[in-house]
Amino acid sequence: MSPKATAIPRQPMREQPPLERIGNFEEVPLGYTEEQARVEAGRCLQCKKPKCIEGCPVAVDIPGFVALVHEGKFAEAARKIKETNVLPAVCGRVCPQETQCEELCVLGKKGESAAIGRLERFAADWERTQGLVERPRTAPPTGRRVAIIGSGPAGLTCAADLARLGHDVTVFEALHEMGGVLVYGIPEFRLPKKILREEIDALRDMGVKLETSAVIGKLATIDELVHEDGFDAVFVGTGAGLPHFMEIPGENLLGVYSANEFLTRANLMRAYSFGEAADTPIARGKRVMVVGGGNVAMDSARTARRLGAEKVVLAYRRSRDEMPARAEEIHHAEEEGIEFHLLTVPVELRGDEMGRVSSAVMQKMELGEPDDSGRRRPVPVEGSEYEEPIDVAIIAIGAGANPLISSTTAGLETNRRGYIVSDPETGATSIPGVYAGGDIVTGSATVIEAMGAGRRAAAAIHQHLMEVRRSTEARAEV
Amino acid sequence: MNEIIAKEEIAPDTYRYQIYHPRIAQKRKAGQFVIVRTHDGGERVPLTIVGSDLTAGTVTLIFQAVGHSTRELAQLGVGDRLLDLAGPLGQATHIENYGRACVIGGGYGTAPVLPIAAALGDAGNDLIGIIGARTKELVILEQELGDICSRLEVATDDGSYGHPGFVTDVLQALLDEGEPIAFVLAVGPSPMMRAVANLTKQRAIRTMVSLNPLMVDGTGMCGGCRVEVGGETKFACVDGPEFDGHQVNFDLLMKRQGTYKPEEQEAAAHGPHCRIGLDAAR
Repeated sequence: MSPKATAIPRQPMREQPPLERIGNFEEVPLGYTEEQARVEAGRCLQCKKPKCIEGCPVAVDIPGFVALVHEGKFAEAARKIKETNVLPAVCGRVCPQETQCEELCVLGKKGESAAIGRLERFAADWERTQGLVERPRTAPPTGRRVAIIGSGPAGLTCAADLARLGHDVTVFEALHEMGGVLVYGIPEFRLPKKILREEIDALRDMGVKLETSAVIGKLATIDELVHEDGFDAVFVGTGAGLPHFMEIPGENLLGVYSANEFLTRANLMRAYSFGEAADTPIARGKRVMVVGGGNVAMDSARTARRLGAEKVVLAYRRSRDEMPARAEEIHHAEEEGIEFHLLTVPVELRGDEMGRVSSAVMQKMELGEPDDSGRRRPVPVEGSEYEEPIDVAIIAIGAGANPLISSTTAGLETNRRGYIVSDPETGATSIPGVYAGGDIVTGSATVIEAMGAGRRAAAAIHQHLMEVRRSTEARAEV
Repeated sequence: MNEIIAKEEIAPDTYRYQIYHPRIAQKRKAGQFVIVRTHDGGERVPLTIVGSDLTAGTVTLIFQAVGHSTRELAQLGVGDRLLDLAGPLGQATHIENYGRACVIGGGYGTAPVLPIAAALGDAGNDLIGIIGARTKELVILEQELGDICSRLEVATDDGSYGHPGFVTDVLQALLDEGEPIAFVLAVGPSPMMRAVANLTKQRAIRTMVSLNPLMVDGTGMCGGCRVEVGGETKFACVDGPEFDGHQVNFDLLMKRQGTYKPEEQEAAAHGPHCRIGLDAAR
């Protein structure tokens, strides 16, 4: 690598201009050109002891794939990533790289880190658009069957790893489309569904069976999957569940949504084309308030903007520094004219005579002593209330655990908040042969963390299945 | 899977489908529902499971083609497949022997009453049934409920069949006669369920109603189906759909059911296909 590598600036990625993109649902960043990718890849120092890999929950060989991009071996670069990451085109778009791989990049200490996420995206997109995606090699069949419950990032990753190891894998998805939060939660303009579908098709090509509209816990219990359907192991990756509301007056007024509902209508049900290609409606507010400071809040605000809102207010109870959203999402939201009302929470929603929300009573907050999370606790400022006229409110303050699995699985240990208790290293739960990972264990987290959990569980499930096989074979010999 | 094995128009615009899905047929309990989708881009429509045939591996659904999506559903015929069929969803009805119980169905809300009546009957209850409809030709399941109930009364709004008037008039008369009714289950349009609940509240008769708010996923994920019961917010899809009728905030339910009236009307006026009215739960 050239010693002057650090003198080359981090390559920017082309984007749809803000005023143009708020009129459509197409993707905002447009990706690198081959030339840009090679230049950016050339900035990597190829560290002997790469720190970046430590920041990646699935431990992608980052210097390895970046070197291949630099050499122009783009398909090889994509395959290098896929050794540990089954959804590179997804991760390149939705991972919070600035707090993971890129945060640890040595280049970032003095200047700007290598654009690892953008390069990952480039390599995966290049391989796919050139039609060079290869079916991953799978080991000879083991004869062992694994049920994966939930087709979000945790489930898909676990399924891919186990299929590669030769196991017979079936993924059960409750909704009518595969992908979990990647399809119902993350908007088209951030993750085009076509790309997701192609990454899921790759799983199908590996022999993974995909069953939609299969609500495990209702259609079949885990016990039945094991004892009647003959699955040898089960992975639970059902994700975050019941949306939290604020428990303030007026939350059941018309026009008040959970972010889950708003985004599900817009994304999974494609309500933005209501009356044309889709039959599910959504309220198109002119003055929208979103409550929350995470990626889901940003997605909701930006979706509302694209549905025609003239004013979108994002109320967050802490300051900007505490916002959990990716830096890029915050930046994009601001570019699109989302108004941030920081250190502010609604304390009441008011409605008109028809029961539709018409305003929010907002209260200012100030930061007090740090709380359990280490972040400074917001404290209400007395007498600071003001009224904000709105016609749609979207509550994006997180979700609790969905009880569909835990309430129907005897002996499955959960914590006091209803999340499944599992070993962070292996995903093993209180029931032998049953593993869990992702948001149903940790509460709301990121796509890549869920993928990491899916990977670790796949390795543990593989070991468990092989041990079971060895012990049955040993018994057979005796 | 999901194939329509039989289709029958049991009243004008009211259809009974037998749909092949052995696993749902086997697992479903009284009071539960499914979500169906007919085509790509279609809505997720919740429909109560009316019954099942374990030998044939089918579930029975009854619906009225009143909105865009239920009319799409009515277009299908024997041999067609539903694009999606998810279930069984929601809590099963709590069944016990109350002694003498009364089951009340209004309009096509009579369909969800049938499996619950059957389960109550199996548990040893002596059942009185009341069916209401706007007019004679819209009375459904009279024969089926008649087989389960020891006494069945019919009321029509226009007096063309049975008692002239509402189901509540019949219930009032039964209570005035001194019928020792210990439990009431009512399913139908929200105003009807509210009227029944108001009547039984005066006499402190335990009353369950099955609610049909707007729904999207049906698994607790979106919270669109939230209803207020006893001052608390509940999700009808996972906590219900049945609730204590004396505790339900019906005003809120009815307002929320009309959430998309403006969008529906605009689409009906300008959209490429007609969409009058709303698809509620059943």
